[in-house]
Amino acid sequence: MHLLGALFNSSIGKKLLMAVSGLVLFGFVTGHLVGNLQVFLPPDAINLYAHRLESLGIVLWLIRAFLLVCLIVHVWLAIKLTLENRAARPEAYAVQHVNRATLASRVMARTGFVVLAFIVFHLAHYTVRIGHPEWAEHTFRLSDGTMVRDVHTMIVQGFSHLGVSIFYILAVGILAYHLSHGIVSLVQTLGLKNERWTRGLERFAVAYCWLYFLLNASMPLAVLGGFVKQHA
Amino acid sequence: MVAEKTAKKLFSVTLRVWRQAGPAQAGRFVDYPAANVNPDMSFLELLDVVNDGLTVKGEEPIAFAHDCREGICGTCSCTINGKPHGPGHGIATCQLYLRSFREGDVIVVEPFRARAFPLVKDLVVDRSAFDKIQQAGGFISVRAGTAPDANSAPVPKRDADLAMDAATCIGCGACVAACKNSSAMLFVAAKVSHLGLLPQGQPERDSRVLAMVQTMDEAGFGSCTNQYECSAVCPKLISHDFIARMNRDYVKALFKSRFQPVSLGGGGGAG
Amino acid sequence: MAKLESKIPSGPLADKWRRHKTEIKLVNPANKRKYEVIVVGAGLAGSSCAATLAELGYRVKCFVFHDSPRRAHSIAAQGGINAAKNYQNDGDSVHRLFYDTIKGGDYRAREANVHRLAEVSVNIIDQCTAQGVPFAREYSGLLANRSFGGAQVSRTFYARGQTGQQLLLGAYSALSRMVGQGGVQLHPNSEMLDLVLVGGQAKGIIVRNLNTGEISRHSADAVVLATGGYGNVFNLSTYARGSNATAIWRAYKRGACFANPCYTQIHPTCIPVSGDYQSKLTLMSESLRNDGRIWVPKRKEDRLKPPAEIPESDRDYYLERIYPSFGNLCPRDVASRAAKRMCDEGRGVGESGLGVYLDFADAIKRLGENGVRERYGNLFDIYHEITAESAYKSPMRIFPAVHYTMGGLWVDYNLMSNIPGLFVLGEANFSDHGANRLGASALMQGLADGYFVIPYTLGDYLAGQKAGSRPATDAAEFKEAEDNVRGMTRRLLENKGKEPVSHFHKRLGKLMWEYCGMARNKAGLEQALQKIPALREEFWANVNVPGSGDTLNQSLEQAGRVADFIELGELMCRDALTREESCGGHFREEYQYEDGECRRDDVNFAHAAAWEYQGADRTPLRNVEPLNYEFTKMSVRSYK
Repeated sequence: MHLLGALFNSSIGKKLLMAVSGLVLFGFVTGHLVGNLQVFLPPDAINLYAHRLESLGIVLWLIRAFLLVCLIVHVWLAIKLTLENRAARPEAYAVQHVNRATLASRVMARTGFVVLAFIVFHLAHYTVRIGHPEWAEHTFRLSDGTMVRDVHTMIVQGFSHLGVSIFYILAVGILAYHLSHGIVSLVQTLGLKNERWTRGLERFAVAYCWLYFLLNASMPLAVLGGFVKQHA
Repeated sequence: MVAEKTAKKLFSVTLRVWRQAGPAQAGRFVDYPAANVNPDMSFLELLDVVNDGLTVKGEEPIAFAHDCREGICGTCSCTINGKPHGPGHGIATCQLYLRSFREGDVIVVEPFRARAFPLVKDLVVDRSAFDKIQQAGGFISVRAGTAPDANSAPVPKRDADLAMDAATCIGCGACVAACKNSSAMLFVAAKVSHLGLLPQGQPERDSRVLAMVQTMDEAGFGSCTNQYECSAVCPKLISHDFIARMNRDYVKALFKSRFQPVSLGGGGGAG
Repeated sequence: MAKLESKIPSGPLADKWRRHKTEIKLVNPANKRKYEVIVVGAGLAGSSCAATLAELGYRVKCFVFHDSPRRAHSIAAQGGINAAKNYQNDGDSVHRLFYDTIKGGDYRAREANVHRLAEVSVNIIDQCTAQGVPFAREYSGLLANRSFGGAQVSRTFYARGQTGQQLLLGAYSALSRMVGQGGVQLHPNSEMLDLVLVGGQAKGIIVRNLNTGEISRHSADAVVLATGGYGNVFNLSTYARGSNATAIWRAYKRGACFANPCYTQIHPTCIPVSGDYQSKLTLMSESLRNDGRIWVPKRKEDRLKPPAEIPESDRDYYLERIYPSFGNLCPRDVASRAAKRMCDEGRGVGESGLGVYLDFADAIKRLGENGVRERYGNLFDIYHEITAESAYKSPMRIFPAVHYTMGGLWVDYNLMSNIPGLFVLGEANFSDHGANRLGASALMQGLADGYFVIPYTLGDYLAGQKAGSRPATDAAEFKEAEDNVRGMTRRLLENKGKEPVSHFHKRLGKLMWEYCGMARNKAGLEQALQKIPALREEFWANVNVPGSGDTLNQSLEQAGRVADFIELGELMCRDALTREESCGGHFREEYQYEDGECRRDDVNFAHAAAWEYQGADRTPLRNVEPLNYEFTKMSVRSYK
């Protein structure tokens, strides 16, 4: 069997790919959050940041492609594993009893699909700008005089829509919930966890997920509450 | 301190038992009321009593797997009120006593359910998939009579103790029955770790984990989603840390086996 | 009359086995694959035998009634396994292990067999360690030992409280390896129901698949039985519920002699019976006696008093009193009988009066509660699970229970029965423990037989059989045996009586415990010999076996086994009646010293009694194999 075949076909291989792709996506959403938080700074900051990202050119596309591959692997294996796991228990118990499995762990597939739906919406909304072709036209003059795309305005305008903001907040909440099992789980799958680390790791995951959720939610809330305004 | 127990208070329960004549027939629950139950009676003894009553009435008794009745052979395999081996911590079904139940309780008894454990009859399932996994690699290849002196290779006590923790697995299959994915990871991890932690087990460490995992996958068990229901019901309280250890072992073995130099020699033919 | 040739090699005791191994016939390696061997049972003896024979190149078919070989009842042995390794430098040697075992068996075992057992004991530890059996170790990383049941050296190797499980998993792993390689064909859920003799030699078996009911014929060049002991004759015992004597009993009915059936071991430290519904007695490892002190109240009136209210001065630590040098560590039979005497005197504790205290108060004082927990925590947990009492707070209550049977099918030095081609290993044979087995010796014997004896001695037999000469399964003898099995199955199913099998088993158990238990006497045994045949008749008239023979039918399985137990129980009583002496696990009240110890009769009974079946309604024949002690002096066994 080829290495990739073994990884994609064995149960542990699949889990490993889930963990590694999950880890990459976890890194991405963390970085994405840090970048976005610049919305609280003067508009120069986030617009410069977006400009630098865009000027990576081919590298940016490579990163995007890599992230997309990770996402596809993660989602595809999730579907595959879910179906296989269901098939492994053809007849359900009449009495459902849970010993210690957390709710987050039991709804991973469902939270995952909400997150996937959100990602599709989010990309359509801000990256492809469906329904808002004008966002591609907004420009901004940096202090050194360079004209760049005005991401700040795009964010503010986007979040000014109540429905969009609510969906966004809900989705990041669900993503945080997804991560609360995912972070601990991926460490176990990578074989790096034992009883000694478990408590600390679990606490880190909870703290991280709350922080992730609150910081993410703070942006639409700040826009709706008028704390972050469209610059002049 | 109460040294002499007062006379036991007897009570009544209802057993709601899964009856299924065979793998091809449809199954259903049947209620069996049991009166005057002694709290010191074991759960399997209650099944004995119910079965004797059924026999006298000319009905077929409930088939259930059991043997040693002291929690070591791993034969007994009921899911009781949704939990493999029933209420209690670190016990097999045979070590469950009726003092765990109360007057009027309806006790739902189901077989271990998993595709890899096909049903034989009533509460009895076929767990030979575990044997197949063992046959694939759950051993150290040493022919009788060829072993060196037992003390020629010291084993650090810590490793020996950890290997023993893993080796306590009684092969009952509760881990599979409790896992929502019917995954056998705890069983296989325990077996892989027991041998992999010992110096004697090193020569076959990689081939063992690869072969055992492959056989596990072929047997139709699900995957691990790290919920640890398995270790929660394990009668020997084997830790899911061994699963992490096996994951690591597996990946290492997989990569090692792919990046090892390829031997071009013809092997060591004698003569 | 059966010919009982022990085939003990000549020469000095210590050289017999070595010399025998070099002198017996061998099968050419290329020819080995032409021989098929049937192994019935896959406990320690069966698994190790099947694996080792397959490693040598024989084709092996292994039959187990369990769903997996790993479930055989060897798995329940807690304490440990003896070996004369002398790793502790405390003066142990092969000779000392030999001597302890022969003395422990009350001079009723063959010297040559026991010496061989002691010799190969060291190889067993090497073999098992190499297989990955996680024996307890010291901080140095070297193997740890403890002293166990009546030994004055530390020679017992152990793996927490589950040495049996770990050794069995070792043997099972060897077996699994050979199954994986195709050397062994494994037949789980398969119960042997008859032995097939062709030309007077064992050449096959008839098997019922317990899950499908299918009855099949299997032929081979030799048949090995490793099916364990018959203690479930007593119904309540430390045996697994499924443990049975059917394979050896059906072989007996085909002509194999059954030796010393009355030798049963009663283990002193079990949890007392709590009620009528009880199905099983649970053993508390003998190792508890290393630190626990056994006592009963001095006065009858105190027996129901809470133990804490009985002051030291009113307690009788009777083992320490009667056996000052061995104290609480005296051998099992001695400790069990002493407990019975105390209860007979009316000083037994607990509601039933059938119990003695095993007290850890001193040990807790000395080692602290955590110290005791470290050594015995799991046993205390088991005790708590079963009785809902904490042994940290008040003493355990224990009582003897049937634990092992030293008797079994008669075998010669090569472990072959008087039927050529039928070999019997482990607890199923009678060979190595005499009238009483020492703690931690059962595991040793099972593995010695399977790993280190049978691979040599079976070859000696097979070398005399023409390769490929095994009969086809359509031979008339196979048909006759299969018809016999089908007939019995049909008879049980069509009986349609009123009583479940378990009722007969319980009644048999009570009879056996009363008349053929820890203490026996002529009048009682004669009564039992009246009552058991009556029970047998009632069984066949009134047993009810519901269901059909075409599926899993546990009542049917049990009915066949209980039918055999009833017959075997009768033979046990007959053997106990004719052995007019006390020795080891066989205690005849008429033959005792003033202090209640066994009075052996070496003049008239220094022999093995091997019973030969004569037909359903005829008294079996008592053959005798004299025990010639050339190297050891038979003396009065004293543990004072």
